[in-house]
Amino acid sequence: MLDVDAIRRDFPILEREFQGKPLVYLDSAATSQKPVAVIEAEAGFYRHHNANAHRGIYTLGEEATEAYEGARERIARFFGATDPARLIFTRGTTESINLVAHGWGRTFLREGDEILLTEMEHHSNIVPWQLVAQATGASLRYLGLTDDGLLDLSNLGELLTERTKIVGVTAMSNALGTIPPLRQLIDAAHAVGAVVVVDAAQAAPHLSLDVDALDADFFAFSGHKMLGPTASGGLLAKREHLDRMQPMFGGGDMIREVFHDHATWNDVPYRFEAGTMQIAQQVGLAAAVDYLEALGMDDVRAHEVEITRYAMDRLLEAGATVYGPKDTEIRGGAVSFWYKDVHPHDLATILNEDGVAIRAGHHCAQLAMRRFGTPATARASFYVYNTASEVDVLIDSLAKAGDIFAF
Amino acid sequence: MALDDIYKEVILDHYKSPRNKRELPGAELTCTRNNPLCGDEITVFAHVEDGTVREVTFQGAGCSISQSSASMMTEATSGGTVEDVLALASEFRGMMAGEVEPDEDRFGDLVALKGVVKYPIRIKCAVLAWDVLQEALGGSGEATGASAHTIS
Repeated sequence: MLDVDAIRRDFPILEREFQGKPLVYLDSAATSQKPVAVIEAEAGFYRHHNANAHRGIYTLGEEATEAYEGARERIARFFGATDPARLIFTRGTTESINLVAHGWGRTFLREGDEILLTEMEHHSNIVPWQLVAQATGASLRYLGLTDDGLLDLSNLGELLTERTKIVGVTAMSNALGTIPPLRQLIDAAHAVGAVVVVDAAQAAPHLSLDVDALDADFFAFSGHKMLGPTASGGLLAKREHLDRMQPMFGGGDMIREVFHDHATWNDVPYRFEAGTMQIAQQVGLAAAVDYLEALGMDDVRAHEVEITRYAMDRLLEAGATVYGPKDTEIRGGAVSFWYKDVHPHDLATILNEDGVAIRAGHHCAQLAMRRFGTPATARASFYVYNTASEVDVLIDSLAKAGDIFAF
Repeated sequence: MALDDIYKEVILDHYKSPRNKRELPGAELTCTRNNPLCGDEITVFAHVEDGTVREVTFQGAGCSISQSSASMMTEATSGGTVEDVLALASEFRGMMAGEVEPDEDRFGDLVALKGVVKYPIRIKCAVLAWDVLQEALGGSGEATGASAHTIS
């Protein structure tokens, strides 16, 4: 069990008040708050070790390189990868998926090939593939959703064929909360010779994930959603893919030698990290995974299940429509809902008056929104620092919104 | 801030009983735009003849601010000359930017939307229908929404 009171003391921002009301932060699916340990790790790098990595001959430069490469090793290990070279640092999931789309997709996709996605993907696992499909002549296919917000696997056999070259799937939907049967899909994809890119932006903060146990070819995650700094995160990949794909960005540090008309590439992972990277931020992310590991990912998940269950029960009891699966075993802590006939935008404005921060909109998942016939939903999402009494504040505030709109 | 500033009775009334919310068969001008932030979408239909905006209607789905603003707009603009309508649109924008004190006679119910100025993120909602109408009339709508074909 998490000691949530103790955890809350690690997050200075939770002391903030708005119009005399304490912040009730229910938007961790958008970005998580940061504990002191992460803030100090990032600031500490700048205070004591700041220099460019992989460049300086002097001691400080060596320290910066050590901190950056130490973070790589630490973060790769958090996801079960013992070879740190399999981790390419990026600004987060969006950049990671774009790297797969442009670095792998443009090299290996041809006209007639198919890219299989799902209707619950975030736009960042759709739009890069649309761009690559336009450039290569490959086409897009989609796995649909059931009324419960699960992946509809009934026609998987028709959609996943020898034409399928890559499958893009989320490990946890940011709009519906759904946790798809990842290993089953990955095995099915491998059986037809396709590779799989897993969007772990939402799952990485909450689940204990092992890239090798999943057998994922590509695994993209964002540091800022898992207590780390913005612009931290990366792409974990099988070495065989990294050795064969092309860099997306050219620039300093990614080359071995440059000639007038061409250049040769540096080793993996450096060939994919052009220019000065987000060194302090990845050092901060290493502190975040230390923090999560100290809490224990099983306990992190148990807390999420418990608070999500409580929130869904209270929302349903209050008359809200909740999207996505109701079974907390197959869903995460992002709970999308409509409350009576109050538009999510109006709801978010009214809740804000009580210090409650929720997301309103399409959550960059318009295919899922359209599937459920709504342009937008309200979304409350939870993390290690949220409490049942914060859910109670949310519910009380909903009632206020109901009063305003039911004159 | 008080919620009364934004959720005035007249706004809620237009939201619950929108005026002129229907298609306009034979409309010379039709234009659709959405607000990429929230997914709200509004289509404006206008019947324009000899430089006069004879009738304006709208369709769409969205929050109370975008819908009530559209409803009020159809009332305030039907019957005016294209020039008048574009001038009113510009004044409305001025009010939403906190720069123009509205002329209550010309604005009518639209004055109620003044309170939205205190909620900067919601100003886009109030202006959405006006963007669509201005684009339809060929005026210079500011890009607060996105054209329907834009990937966002």
